[in-house]
Amino acid sequence: MALLEVRDLGVSFETPDGTVNAVNGVSFTLERGETLGIVGESGSGKSQLSFAIMGLLARNGRARGSVLFDGQEILNAPPKVINPIRANRIAMVFQDPMTSLNPYMRVSDQMAEVLTHHKGMSRAQAVREAIRMLDAVKIPDAANRVHLYPHEFSGGMRQRVMIAMALLCRPELLIADEPTTALDVTVQAQIMSLLAELQREFAMATILITHDLGVVAGFCRQVMVLYGGKVMEQSPTDPLFETPSHPYTRGLLRAIPRVDREGDQLESIPGSPPNMTREDRGCPFAPRCAHAGEDCLDHLAPLTEFAPGRLRACNRSLEEIA
Amino acid sequence: MVVDSTKMQRLADRLAEQEIKGRSLWADARARFFHNKAAVGGLIVLVLVALFAIFGDMIAVWSNEELDFSVMGQVAELGGPSIANGHYFGTDDLGRDLFARTVQGTRISLMVGIVGSAIAVIVGTLYGATAGYLGGRIDSIMMRTVDILMSIPYMFVLILLLVMFGRSMSMLFIGIGLISWLDMARIVRGQTLSLKHKEFIEAAQATGVPTFTIIRRHIVPNLLGVVAVYATLLVPLMILTESFISFLGLGVQEPLTSWGALISEGARTMAYGTLWQLGFPLFFFVITLFAFFFVGDGLRDALDPKDR
Amino acid sequence: MFSYILKRLAVAIPTLLLLIIISFLLMRAAPGGPFTTERGLPPQVLANLEAKYGLDQPLWKQMVNYVWGIVAHFDFGPSFIYKDRTVNEIIAQGFPVTLTYGSISFLLAVTVGVTLGVVAAIRHNTWLDYLAVGVSIGAQVLPNFVMAPILVLIFTLWLRWLPGGGWEGGQWQYLVMPVIALSTSFMASIARITRSSMLEVLNSNHIRTARAKGLPERKIILRHALKPALLPVISYLGPAFVTMITGSVVVDMYFSTGGIGKAFVDSALNRDYAVMLGITILVGALTILFNLVVDILYAWIDPKIRY
Repeated sequence: MALLEVRDLGVSFETPDGTVNAVNGVSFTLERGETLGIVGESGSGKSQLSFAIMGLLARNGRARGSVLFDGQEILNAPPKVINPIRANRIAMVFQDPMTSLNPYMRVSDQMAEVLTHHKGMSRAQAVREAIRMLDAVKIPDAANRVHLYPHEFSGGMRQRVMIAMALLCRPELLIADEPTTALDVTVQAQIMSLLAELQREFAMATILITHDLGVVAGFCRQVMVLYGGKVMEQSPTDPLFETPSHPYTRGLLRAIPRVDREGDQLESIPGSPPNMTREDRGCPFAPRCAHAGEDCLDHLAPLTEFAPGRLRACNRSLEEIA
Repeated sequence: MVVDSTKMQRLADRLAEQEIKGRSLWADARARFFHNKAAVGGLIVLVLVALFAIFGDMIAVWSNEELDFSVMGQVAELGGPSIANGHYFGTDDLGRDLFARTVQGTRISLMVGIVGSAIAVIVGTLYGATAGYLGGRIDSIMMRTVDILMSIPYMFVLILLLVMFGRSMSMLFIGIGLISWLDMARIVRGQTLSLKHKEFIEAAQATGVPTFTIIRRHIVPNLLGVVAVYATLLVPLMILTESFISFLGLGVQEPLTSWGALISEGARTMAYGTLWQLGFPLFFFVITLFAFFFVGDGLRDALDPKDR
Repeated sequence: MFSYILKRLAVAIPTLLLLIIISFLLMRAAPGGPFTTERGLPPQVLANLEAKYGLDQPLWKQMVNYVWGIVAHFDFGPSFIYKDRTVNEIIAQGFPVTLTYGSISFLLAVTVGVTLGVVAAIRHNTWLDYLAVGVSIGAQVLPNFVMAPILVLIFTLWLRWLPGGGWEGGQWQYLVMPVIALSTSFMASIARITRSSMLEVLNSNHIRTARAKGLPERKIILRHALKPALLPVISYLGPAFVTMITGSVVVDMYFSTGGIGKAFVDSALNRDYAVMLGITILVGALTILFNLVVDILYAWIDPKIRY
């Protein structure tokens, strides 16, 4: 049985300006110990996707579809079902470690409460375990710094705390939502290699959510490309980089600076991300797509497998966009 | 690849549609404000109260100073609200027409509220903007002064001033206005400070937009929102303060009156069974305050989309 | 923390001195001396009186004496009207009364207000929320001087349950209406502030983290949300304290409770400057002290405040 099975997941928000469909019909399967990258620009719905899985949507958010975790339905599950899974079996690392850690509590208390709650440890035991975990994420002098407040850490150290906190219960699945976006470039590299190391060490399945294809290349075996809340392309990582099958993915790849290709101009994708308030049956990328035709505004071909393990959703054939 | 002309046309239509949706801040705010039922209701009430204050005199049969000798001494029995003898709201314990007095009290209370909050807004905005704009040592000295002034029990000082220098309308206006400029100064200073470092201001500076244009096109419109909201919420507070002072008998003097004075009279005489004396002024007082609060809240929500 | 308290004290003490000096100068700047009567006193009597109260000395000396009297001996001098009473005696008579009903009202407003606000935020957009919001908006337009007559009308004139005024050593029947009149609008304000800050905190990232930890809702509210949600309430306590003391004037007037509010209004109507100043300074000092406590409380809750 797959560890995580997401079927036709959709997320919508009720706002004063109408219903916003943030995510539409996303499906994927994740095996134990596997890594999946979810790539998309801001507003593509990738964070809401992860919040929906964890049941963390804002009050005005609604999720539909199905999420099976280890065979158990957890989408829109009551607290009785979802709370024992949260942090214990599925843990999450958030984008902005400054605001995602509680600024009014010592790190020791924030970490210890996870273990006292889920594992029934005493506070002293829990703090000892927290220190061990802070050591594992390479925070120097963890035994003393565990008693500090979050604002007394630097940005990179804070994200390490966040990661250590997520790993406390040795979860089977880790969801990392843009774990490096708020950090300096050099720190980003450190955090990503730390995550990769820990992922192997703990053998946990990982979903990495990012807007940076480059990060995915080094970390994930599988990639899913989201645009305007819809899946554009789903594929193992290596073939995706070699032969991207969707105009959007191509645009993304051309926008990554490469050292091995000289003289090439760095390209950008024209236009801006779509307005999500109206019901859009067509391809969300159509207004920015060089290959789009009249039909793309009204209709988008379903996600279909065109090569082993590779899926794409595009009205144009591979030859047409070549 | 051939560009499909019909497709381009549809694209252009879509973009135009987006243009229409992307309204300016103020148009957006206006639309949101008029969507807010409580705020619109408040606005209507305010207009009605203002009309009452301006034109009420024309409907009144009696003036506010005349004594109706026919009800004098039997106010509880004869002085109740009645269309027949022209006392629509009844009379007070001296036989004066309560309708005319309520009209006058409404005028004075509204005037005190508006003038008082205008003084507070002007002084506070100038002070706060200066402090925020100059920054540095001057800013910290100016704001420290505000901190010190904040710990003065203002109502006591105001009463002190009214007693020492005599009770006059202008003293009341100034005193009430000067109570409230401190909060305004703090808010405006904070807003100016954060505006100074906003990217769009820096972008404007970097592209060589003259300072005056930046202030006019970027800083002022952004301050205006806060100031407008605060001024609207300040008016009812001013009315409350004046009513408080008048309730104590230290505010406006006879034959002038205000809501506070009328409520005070009504409260004193309610034991004699002349409840209308309390009821009518209290009704106007309460609905006006409600209306101001609703309009102020509506404005704030309209101007602050993040708070939706 | 200790140095933070010292720093705040270093600001508070000059503020207090400034308050005393300004008040004193105001008193002297007022037109007409305390002994100006309509008929006028014989010059000799006036001179004697001024000599008795030290008014014949140069201004700066009077000021030093006044300030020194307050700072060193807690002595606000004699009343100008009641020749046999000092300002201290007048304050000592009224202060305990004000303190009693004031502190009861304050505690009631804070506890009920915070509870109401938290419940409204947790049950956002339910009838409970609408009820709490409605009540708190309603209470905002019913200030104490409107509440007082309405309470008397209902409980004394119609229902005849409670005495319409008096103090009688603070028996409960005499406390009920003053406390309700004084605390209602604060309760409402505190509920409003708590509700909106709680709603904001519940939408914040660190609460999402707490949810992701699988903690039960009760723990999330009590351990993670309550502290930050209370910070704006704590900031509001300073101004609330001032307004509450001001409100005591109405309570004293309306319910004849005999607190310092009554002494203040009496002295205002009699032009007894010494008593007015004494009370103003006392209230100012209490305000400064209270703000100091609030600042310390704030710093204690928010670890980001540097001291």
